[in-house]
Amino acid sequence: MKAQRNVWGEEILSLARSDDRVLVLDADLATSTQAVQVATELPDSFVELGIAEANMVGVAFGLTTLGYRPWLSTFGVFLTCRALDQIRMMVSQTNAPVRLAGAYAGLLNGSSGKTHQDIQDLATMRAMPNMTVLVPADEFELAAMMPWIADHDGPVYVRVARDAVEPVFDADYRFSPGRVHVLRQGDDVTLVSTGVQTSRVIEAAGLLAEDGIEAKVVHVSSLKPIDEDGLVEAIGASPLVVTVEEHSVHAGLGGLVAEILSGRGGPRVVRHGLEDRWSESAPNDFLLDKYGLSPRRVADRVAQALGARSHGPRVTAG
Amino acid sequence: MRTTQQEEASPQELHGALDTQALEKIARRVRWLIISTVANSKAGHIGGPLSAADMLVALYFNEMSIDPSQPHAPDRDRFILSKGHCSIGLYSVLALRGYFPVEELATFDHGGSRLQGHPDMKLTPGVDASTGSLGQGLSAGLGMAIGAKKLDRDFHTWVMLGDGESEEGQVWEAVISAPRFGVDNLTAIFDVNGLQQYGWPAQERDRFDRSEPLGHVDLEAVLTGFGWNVLTVDGNDFGQILSAFDQVRAWHGTSGKPTAIVSRTSKGQGISFTQGVFKWHNGVATPEQLAQARHELLGNDPEGELQ
Repeated sequence: MKAQRNVWGEEILSLARSDDRVLVLDADLATSTQAVQVATELPDSFVELGIAEANMVGVAFGLTTLGYRPWLSTFGVFLTCRALDQIRMMVSQTNAPVRLAGAYAGLLNGSSGKTHQDIQDLATMRAMPNMTVLVPADEFELAAMMPWIADHDGPVYVRVARDAVEPVFDADYRFSPGRVHVLRQGDDVTLVSTGVQTSRVIEAAGLLAEDGIEAKVVHVSSLKPIDEDGLVEAIGASPLVVTVEEHSVHAGLGGLVAEILSGRGGPRVVRHGLEDRWSESAPNDFLLDKYGLSPRRVADRVAQALGARSHGPRVTAG
Repeated sequence: MRTTQQEEASPQELHGALDTQALEKIARRVRWLIISTVANSKAGHIGGPLSAADMLVALYFNEMSIDPSQPHAPDRDRFILSKGHCSIGLYSVLALRGYFPVEELATFDHGGSRLQGHPDMKLTPGVDASTGSLGQGLSAGLGMAIGAKKLDRDFHTWVMLGDGESEEGQVWEAVISAPRFGVDNLTAIFDVNGLQQYGWPAQERDRFDRSEPLGHVDLEAVLTGFGWNVLTVDGNDFGQILSAFDQVRAWHGTSGKPTAIVSRTSKGQGISFTQGVFKWHNGVATPEQLAQARHELLGNDPEGELQ
């Protein structure tokens, strides 16, 4: 079991070795994001820009005009919130091949709390024309995405989680943009998840099975582009869809699924994720439980949505 | 490194091609195109384009290595108009320089036009970076300058900022980081025209007289302190502009530092009723004002018959 940030560090070093268009631009977080591997091994492929993310995005754009394909190393929140306007104008409007590696995105960021939790990144990046938005489930999916990102001609936002999760895929995984993955079959409900939350959702499906509820699990790692027909087909005749994400319930994966299904007369959609409030600094298990994203809390939420009896604590939020 | 563009012929070397008298004549035509185009489009900025016009003319007609027939030539000098709302000044110069027909200025700000309200590098020949949201251009220029150094390419990157624009924090992120990279192939021109769209009153409760955006800042000392070469010029005086360019060229590849030109100008420069009047940040001239501007700028010059 390996953390995505470590995989990112290893893969970006490998890409930089083989492709001289690859540069890593860092905003003083190389040891956290693991860009330090490039800084140490290939200093010519590494550009330190200090704690100045807006400037870093502009510099990245300037480098693309000379054929470079820069990867930005910092926490997701400092890209998609702090440098949102720079991404909008210099990257999205110009379709520049800048790679935004949103480290530590989501709720879990090593007890840094709400100042560092990026829970709106999928909403804002989805709404950016030209932007590809990828949220890998585990170490294998991220590793498979990176060579594709390296060759893609437009801008890409990819979430890179801080901590390891139980893998969903294995070393044979092949990435295909837009594709949705059915990871578990079940007729009672379809759980649609993204990123490292999918690992916890599979566990939640196991808990539901103990209560006699059979949940299908669909993993969406390519929020944009997305194979809409593939998603509808994957959901099939499910009477209920519950989206689950380590992101605000507004306009992320839940928004995406609701947008697609609302146009097709699909089943009821319940969006589960971070409700409209700020979180706090605490250990991962505490946060997942309190904010409704632990396997137990997800299972309870699904059971509640189905009107079934739940063994866990009552869900009051989420 | 692989490049995405085919190698093309070298851009033209220009410096010293024109004397100050010839440049002044071109600048008068540029000023006429600015005010008449904005009047034609019934919206647009006036004061900033007019203050920057001489510097733009000097760059495009007497300094930068460029070839209008090859706007993407890999080794061309780059120019970024960070104060993107002054686009009509840049478009007027690009048109006279031959990047696109002067007649196309009539489409400025119109739907479907290549000449958008703010410069769009994907649409307009000769525009090296899209700008408009203020404060971002110097970062882009820094990226180009770092890239040129890494690739051992010899072109120079010029960025023009406004003094009002320099209230944006990102400008100073770029200023503080640039000297670390030894980019003596980067020049930032601060067009200090002394007024912004509204800004602060010159005196308390003053409604009609506005103070300088950076009036309380010793800009030369600040930039020097951040590690830049600094030159100060009257940016509406071609003699001083060309002297500064000579110095920039001498520092290119030798000084190890980026250069800032503090270009002190007048907002609305060159037309009597716009000069120094903050309300002419933007505006549409009446037919009478247009006639007066035309008379002041072109007189009876038949070569001024551009539109």
